[in-house]
Amino acid sequence: MTPEFWVTQTFNGLSYGALLFLLASGLSLIFGVMRVVNLAHGSYFMLGGYVGLSVAWRTGSYVAALIAGAVTLAIVGIAMERLFLRRLPGQTLGQVLMTIGFALIFQDLALLIWGGDPYSIRPPALLSGVVTAGPGRFPVYRIFIVVVAVVVGAALWLALDRTRIGAMIRAAVDDPEMAQGVGIRVPRVSLGVFALGAALAAFGGVVGAGFLGVYPGLDFEILPYAFVVVIVGGLGSLPGAMVGSLLVGLLDNFGKALFPELSYFTLFAPMALILALKPTGLFGRV
Amino acid sequence: MSAAVSGGAGRRPIVLGIAALVLAAIIAPLLPSYPLTLLTQVAIMAILAMSLDILLGYTGLASLGHAAYFGTAAYAVGILATERQAGFVTCLVAGIVLATVTAALFGLIAIRATGTYFLMITLALGMVVWGLAFRWVSLTKGDNGIAGVPRPELPLPWSLAAPLPFFYFALLAAALAWAALGTLARSPFGLTLKGVRESETRMRALGYDVWLHKYLAFVISGGFAGFAGVIWAWYNGFVSPVDVQLVTSVETLLMVALGGPGTLAGPALGAAVIVFLKNFVSVYTKRWLLILGAVYIGVILFAPRGVLGALRSSHR
Repeated sequence: MTPEFWVTQTFNGLSYGALLFLLASGLSLIFGVMRVVNLAHGSYFMLGGYVGLSVAWRTGSYVAALIAGAVTLAIVGIAMERLFLRRLPGQTLGQVLMTIGFALIFQDLALLIWGGDPYSIRPPALLSGVVTAGPGRFPVYRIFIVVVAVVVGAALWLALDRTRIGAMIRAAVDDPEMAQGVGIRVPRVSLGVFALGAALAAFGGVVGAGFLGVYPGLDFEILPYAFVVVIVGGLGSLPGAMVGSLLVGLLDNFGKALFPELSYFTLFAPMALILALKPTGLFGRV
Repeated sequence: MSAAVSGGAGRRPIVLGIAALVLAAIIAPLLPSYPLTLLTQVAIMAILAMSLDILLGYTGLASLGHAAYFGTAAYAVGILATERQAGFVTCLVAGIVLATVTAALFGLIAIRATGTYFLMITLALGMVVWGLAFRWVSLTKGDNGIAGVPRPELPLPWSLAAPLPFFYFALLAAALAWAALGTLARSPFGLTLKGVRESETRMRALGYDVWLHKYLAFVISGGFAGFAGVIWAWYNGFVSPVDVQLVTSVETLLMVALGGPGTLAGPALGAAVIVFLKNFVSVYTKRWLLILGAVYIGVILFAPRGVLGALRSSHR
């Protein structure tokens, strides 16, 4: 185990955690406001990647791919929430089965449209290349992911903590009935949060397509990671999603590098331990 | 509402279930091999769906990782039968014990949680088993799966390698599982589970150990899922990560929801519907997942209490 190994793996874990944060922060917010366990959240990530791919092919623009992925999936999220999920308030099992139904449909549609081959989005020249510093070699694209996650995290935190809309969202999380009572349109807040969560996941999907690629089955492969992040961090908590993402990113990377055959075990066993000590996750309040 | 449902659960599903079993046994020799293999699949999946019903329908716990117990048992049979030439009893016992032990371990973590947390934790725990099946290549052969799992030799005049004897074997297993789970559901223990489903706080106030009842239901449910997994490994002759993946878990959940949770016979019916639908649809189109997804959404929107629940309420 050379110093290079530790530096590289730590950095890889950090950047994977940053990607997971883009995915999981939306899932956590959606749960916080609507109490919906969205099993189609991994599908937003995958579809975002695919939409971004098609746009990148047509226009050659990475930025256009990012925007198109996020906007398209925000619309999909709005449609899902308005037309379907809203009919099932408080029915956990019903919501779960319905979001699984959507996940299956999305998976099959993606296969129909984009086929079974894996693709990846080539990042712009500005973001390719490798920076060498000390014992480590750091791909610029992964540095970019970390920066993006920090910016998104800071923006989310500022929006939730400092703005009027953020206050409305927090009120809806804490006590939906009371929030409705003081004149906050909770259904509209829910819809907005759902759209934002879907857009964030899709944005993550486009970013992720730059180094994970995008392929059939990515949706159900990435979903458990988002769940572990949210379980470890605590449902509905933004700081929880940040800490959880970092932890999961690092655990997953070191698990894969040190114990390849048991890598999932090294990810889920610490989760079980945290739950045994704190059943609501590190930052959960429920 | 739920009280009325469980009160009306009386004799009707039992009579219908027995009629279905007898009918299946009578027509089986007349069937060509393809429908017969489908019926065999139905019998095995019915065991799996009924095992989940103990958890979802009777105890009110929605598990998203039920394939884990089914799959561990199937892998136990696959490995023992191919590498150790293990026979009927060894495979059966090892499969069920391994599934039960897995459920006993997972239950310690999962039962503390309620509602949404329970769902997410069982999903994650199920993924642990999937991850091991997928990555622990030296034991499980990874994505390639374990092929050539032989069916057991029994001291009977008929070999289980032939489709018809194996169908009767699976049918008998399903009937036994139904009888055992039905007895459990009607026992004082089963009634306590229903009480826990309706109101945990009230049951706790009455002096019941709620945690222990939920935990035992979880373990028993896992053990019966293992029973189904053992027979599945023999039936299929092939064990792969598909048997433990998330889609298998949610398909089982759909079978229960479709048939009507808390009725046992309903989930068995749900298993039949899903198995036949899956096979017939895949004859005509490759878009099976699309249709399955639509079935999920349709069931939730139009028959939220399952087919049996919907029939029963229209009957009243």
